[in-house]
Amino acid sequence: MTLARETLTINMGPQHPSTHGVLRLVLELEGEVIASCQPVIGYLHTGIEKEMENRTYHQNIALVDRIEYLSSYHEELAYCMAVEKLLGVEVPKRAQYIRVILCELNRIASHLVWLGTTGIDLNVSSLLMYCFRDRERILELSEMVSGQRMMPGYFRIGGVAEDLPEEFPAAARRFLEEFPRRLDEYEAMLTDNLIWRRRHEGVAVLSREDALAYGVTGPTLRGSGIPYDVRKAFPYSSYDEFEFDIPTGEHGDAYDRYRVRMEEMRQSRRIVLQALDRLPDGPVLTPDRKVALPPRAELVRSMEAVIHQFKLVSEGLHPPKGEVYAAVESPRGEKGYYIVSDGSNRPVRVRVRAPSFSNLQALPAMVRGGMLADVVVAIASIDIVLGDVDR
Amino acid sequence: MTASLTPVQEFLVERLGEAVVEAHAFRGDATVVVARERVVDALREVRDEPWRFEVLVDLTAWDRYPTEPRFEVVYHLLSLKRRERLRIKTRVPGHDPTVPSAVSVFAGANWFEREVWDLFGIRFEGHPNLTRILMPDDWEGHPLRRDFPLTEEPVEFHGHVPKVPSEIVPRVGPAREDP
Repeated sequence: MTLARETLTINMGPQHPSTHGVLRLVLELEGEVIASCQPVIGYLHTGIEKEMENRTYHQNIALVDRIEYLSSYHEELAYCMAVEKLLGVEVPKRAQYIRVILCELNRIASHLVWLGTTGIDLNVSSLLMYCFRDRERILELSEMVSGQRMMPGYFRIGGVAEDLPEEFPAAARRFLEEFPRRLDEYEAMLTDNLIWRRRHEGVAVLSREDALAYGVTGPTLRGSGIPYDVRKAFPYSSYDEFEFDIPTGEHGDAYDRYRVRMEEMRQSRRIVLQALDRLPDGPVLTPDRKVALPPRAELVRSMEAVIHQFKLVSEGLHPPKGEVYAAVESPRGEKGYYIVSDGSNRPVRVRVRAPSFSNLQALPAMVRGGMLADVVVAIASIDIVLGDVDR
Repeated sequence: MTASLTPVQEFLVERLGEAVVEAHAFRGDATVVVARERVVDALREVRDEPWRFEVLVDLTAWDRYPTEPRFEVVYHLLSLKRRERLRIKTRVPGHDPTVPSAVSVFAGANWFEREVWDLFGIRFEGHPNLTRILMPDDWEGHPLRRDFPLTEEPVEFHGHVPKVPSEIVPRVGPAREDP
């Protein structure tokens, strides 16, 4: 007689606090052990790619912010870089540095949300308050620059909308000076905490082979020991002029991913400080009038400026026919834009290569054979944004 | 063929011969267009030594409507060893939108191919589970096709007055006959 293997199928989500959005997992359990895990996605699909085909290149900047909403600056940078590559436009040095400063601050803010929400998933609820307190400082800096805490809409094709306000460098430095002490505090609280380690070590292990096969990127890939970072491998926006290290893990478990992200925040701080020290003078928007709006002052003096303004506002810019792919290192991994242009004022196709999508695809490989309670840790450790998964 | 091809492009041209329809670079993006029967072979050839394009960064498609062949399926590959990117494309006619599945070469192609099926209606032959992934299971049509109109959906809210006109962009005309 053969024993029937009895399994229990349960639904986790889409409304579940630890799925970080609207993710549904169909879990097959043998007792408390995961026999199979099948993520069901699409609950947050908004059709942004379709929308972008019907708007001009500049209008789309407002849309891309909403995809990976915890790191809008990276989203804008990737999109603008793709269009700039299509146009062949050079971005002024000062604008490149400003972009780096904001992106790295944004990376810290995004990692703080990850740390806080991981904490709350593991019942360290005070951590969330600490992390959000620090994140708020970064959001204030963002508001100072762009007028918005989130969804800044600050980058433009060919540069940034406006120069940094005068008080920004000092305010940013004040935050960065205090920040390492805060990080030390969190690490003192967590890194050698027995419960924290038991919940993370050896949990949700992703092997190098699986990570590569599923196209996993970002801290999740680096936690598995592969030092791939777009900022180093394909430097963009002057990243080759800054000194920083790429932390990697060894075992590919949730604890290594935790260590990698904690170190990344320190490295981001290093980059911002270097960029603030060496911030060059000059324009923040390309002087190419076919791409960027002329300055307000010119409009009253030059007929040509008025024509350019009218053309850009009424129909937008016309990139040449072709297709490009441009990628940045977002807090979650490689964020890429593949844009196809037919020479008209609207893109034929904008494809968003979402890091969360690929990282989530590796989730079943991580949790299979593990315990049900560790699924929560696994989801937290790949740090997905459902807006990015579903687009 | 243009004069300056990257080594991996030259390798593919040599290895696949007639099956390489086109090889070019635009703004530094090396691209090889392969006949769809051989596209999985092409992916496998460059995945292994010595090229090691072992990460399928992205797999997507776009609709060239009303041009034929109608679709282009696009594979973005990455070689960590060579720090190089490669784009492989294949063209798919509108009357027979099928492509061999790349899941046997890259496990990560699974969800990408489901997404392309969902949004473009391109079938991947040999895919283990080709079902919708982003749209609801009972959805009709494939939204990212160019002839799928972008419209406002009627919502049954109390007091909701639908905007007129509901079509934001005009629907493009009927599909042209194949040449």
